[in-house]
Amino acid sequence: MNTRKLAVFLMWLLSLVLMACGGAPSQPSEPTPQAPAETQGAPVETQAPAKGKIVISNWDAYMPGDLLEKFTAETGIQVELALHATNEEIVGKLVASKGKGFDVVFMTGQFADAMAKMGLLSEIDYTKLPNSANLFEEVKRIPFTKYAVPYTWGTTGLCYRSDLVNYEPDSWYDLLKPKPELVGKITMLSTDRWLLLPAQKALGFSANTTDEQEMQQVKELLIEAKKTLLAYDNTTFYSKLVSGEALLVEAWDGWCNYGIAENPDIRFVIPKEGSDLWVDAMVIPAPSENKEAAYAFIDYVLRPEIGTWVAENILYKVPSRAVMEKLSPDLLNSFPNLAIPPGELLKQEALQDVGEAQSLYSAIVAEVLASE
Amino acid sequence: MVSPILLLGPALTWLVIFLVFPLALIFVYSFLQRSPFGQIVFQPSLDNYLRLFNPTVLRVFLNSLRIAFIVTLLALLLGYPTAYFISSQPSRWKNTLLVLVILPFWTSYLIRTYAWIVLLNREGVLSRFLLGLGLIREPISFLYNDTAIVIGLLYGYLPFMVLPLYSSIERLSPELREASFDLGAPPLRTFWHITLPLTLRGIVTGAIFVFVPSLGNFFVPELLGGGQRFMIGNMINNQFLQARNWPYGSAMAFGVMAIVLALLFFQAWVTRRTEQV
Amino acid sequence: MRLRTWLRLHSTLVYAFLYGPIVMLVILSFNRSGLPTAWGGFSLHWYRELLHNEALLNAALNSVLVAAGSTLVSAVFGTLLAMGLERIARSLVLDAFVFLPMIIPDIVLAIALLSFFTLIELPLSLLTITVSHIVFNIAFVAAIVRTRLSYFDNTLEEASLDLGAPPLKTFFNVTLPLILPGVLAGSLLAFTISLDEFVIAFFTAGPSQPTLPILIYSMVRFGVTPDVNALATVVLSVSALLILISQRLGGTEGFF
Repeated sequence: MNTRKLAVFLMWLLSLVLMACGGAPSQPSEPTPQAPAETQGAPVETQAPAKGKIVISNWDAYMPGDLLEKFTAETGIQVELALHATNEEIVGKLVASKGKGFDVVFMTGQFADAMAKMGLLSEIDYTKLPNSANLFEEVKRIPFTKYAVPYTWGTTGLCYRSDLVNYEPDSWYDLLKPKPELVGKITMLSTDRWLLLPAQKALGFSANTTDEQEMQQVKELLIEAKKTLLAYDNTTFYSKLVSGEALLVEAWDGWCNYGIAENPDIRFVIPKEGSDLWVDAMVIPAPSENKEAAYAFIDYVLRPEIGTWVAENILYKVPSRAVMEKLSPDLLNSFPNLAIPPGELLKQEALQDVGEAQSLYSAIVAEVLASE
Repeated sequence: MVSPILLLGPALTWLVIFLVFPLALIFVYSFLQRSPFGQIVFQPSLDNYLRLFNPTVLRVFLNSLRIAFIVTLLALLLGYPTAYFISSQPSRWKNTLLVLVILPFWTSYLIRTYAWIVLLNREGVLSRFLLGLGLIREPISFLYNDTAIVIGLLYGYLPFMVLPLYSSIERLSPELREASFDLGAPPLRTFWHITLPLTLRGIVTGAIFVFVPSLGNFFVPELLGGGQRFMIGNMINNQFLQARNWPYGSAMAFGVMAIVLALLFFQAWVTRRTEQV
Repeated sequence: MRLRTWLRLHSTLVYAFLYGPIVMLVILSFNRSGLPTAWGGFSLHWYRELLHNEALLNAALNSVLVAAGSTLVSAVFGTLLAMGLERIARSLVLDAFVFLPMIIPDIVLAIALLSFFTLIELPLSLLTITVSHIVFNIAFVAAIVRTRLSYFDNTLEEASLDLGAPPLKTFFNVTLPLILPGVLAGSLLAFTISLDEFVIAFFTAGPSQPTLPILIYSMVRFGVTPDVNALATVVLSVSALLILISQRLGGTEGFF
């Protein structure tokens, strides 16, 4: 028998054991030196008195890179950061774990709405958030803000290459029934609510309609529109505009700005039939055991300097007077949709959870996506 | 000889705790109903299973089967000769070539897919290359259709075919492998009567490794297929995440699993009969 | 001889297919523009970024730990299972059952496991991801090892036992060398799948310790920057270098 082969195999096995022991099995949930220092606030651990620990979940890069560190330095509250990729996934995770494990979660309004209706969120006590005075009064009239503190907001519209499209699109029909030169050069969002939105608005319906008849018309219009599409695209549509692969896309205002940053000929327009008002917000799951610290965190995030960072770096509008009134004219010049006034935004319809009708929505989305 | 408990015990215990128990939970869900806001309410019925028999679900399922089948066939055609080639190399090259098959997959799936988009889009590398050669007059897009999905899936799962094939071909004695090269006998006959039956297990395993994940994949149809071809993986995913209808999503998943299990059962039976001959 | 030439040509093309996008991916790591799919000029910028991106490097380390841990356990359990299924319990039902973890859609297994972990109040961490990955990796390893065990010649083992060698010694001296290529191929596959698995990892992950796919997918919303490509390029280069060295040192005889 060949002992050398055996020795090599055993060494391979041993190295795996060592690697595993060095890491995986000995990873408890408390911070370890391996965890990202930037997201741990570990360096300031010794300076401030510890006041408990909170777990938050957010998209990567959706807040200033040093926010957690500074927050911990100031308050002594340790923060563990989890990352999620989509609203759907974090809601799925929260539902499966009954809301346990997180103290503050960033998510979009209609998802917070659904979570609140499931009883998984705790109601927000705005008196514990002095900095919420910075928010526009109007935004707090949106029903779900009872459970979700607004972080950013915006709308959905058409994003297009003004140098290659020789007219000014201003209607959802420019997307759904395009002129011949745009056929095959159009993308639409693929997430259910935003996939339905253009047809709902084009037909003059509510973006939260639960009427079956209306939804049948929406379905037919979307099946027709699918034939002139290049693709459904949730994530790289602005890149397609820059490369010239697509000329006109359905886009969130903030994401259109990522295209504009690469090519100033890219423009954004809210279609004349109206659109949605989306709000990204912070929620506190009901089982959170450290709500005081969660409020402290949310209040910190509501500070104008954080909002200013978001507007300047994420290129999203922030529902805060203190932030929006002081943005530099240069920025607004480069990204005109940042200057859309709150009054204009509030004319759009806030997306809400549609309850029972969600099954209808999903069935229609499936039929549209599965149509030939 | 060796105690069955030692052999089967660890894996089966693991699977019972971390597979059977959790799945039992989901299996129960599949008979319940969705509350208006997406929670599960206890109203036992067979509704979710009956709802599987609607034209959209069936069409999506058949389309997915068709695409998974094409991908599996192509993977076998591309993979078998490659695995054969690797196993016929001197042993110092074998390891290297085998690891090289899988090395590309130690990078993130997402950025590999982005790379495909850069290669295949209308303004992309391939289109410009063909334009430059004068082979095409207008830029063409190779994306957002079934072909793009097949290419994406084939790319993603080809190593899943090559590895089991290698494992079974490598077992053949070198003499046998050489026979097909050196003896006067037509290689095809040696291959058909000796090599193929002896490596049948590898073929079947590889086919399952490619077929099953292709059927469930939801990412390739979204990114390379431009979301225009809805596959069963997308449908199940959407039920769980977008519709938040876990009971219906569970029923869908169990429906698919039942069919795939039936196929596997049939395959196991055929393989066993062939091997016993 | 013609067959041999044809095999070589075919394999060259297959490798070209496998490495085509990889070449593109490497080129994109030098892309000045931050866009995932549009070119903006040559730059080493993202390699400098990578050096300072601790979050990315840590996530990569987490992924390797999970992949190594789950591969180790499933290599052992899967191999034993394969031998048990092949030798002792020849049952179609058991055969099908072992394939089950492969057939379940990721999202179903993910939600099932998270619900289960919540039920038994197991805190989420890298350990829970590892535990979850072992579930499907066992199936992949067992299936590949079994491809070597069919038609397996038991006489060698029996001879060894008859000569009075203890079963364990027989296993290490006789059985293992014969099935080693299968174990290795299976482990390679398990490691690779675990390294890039997202859905199940996301649902079973605790905070602060994202694996690489979790971090990368969470970057999608505000742009996956090319430092991810730079990382991939570094990983590929280092791996290729190691393979080359081991191939040089390996002499004429590989280890399987």
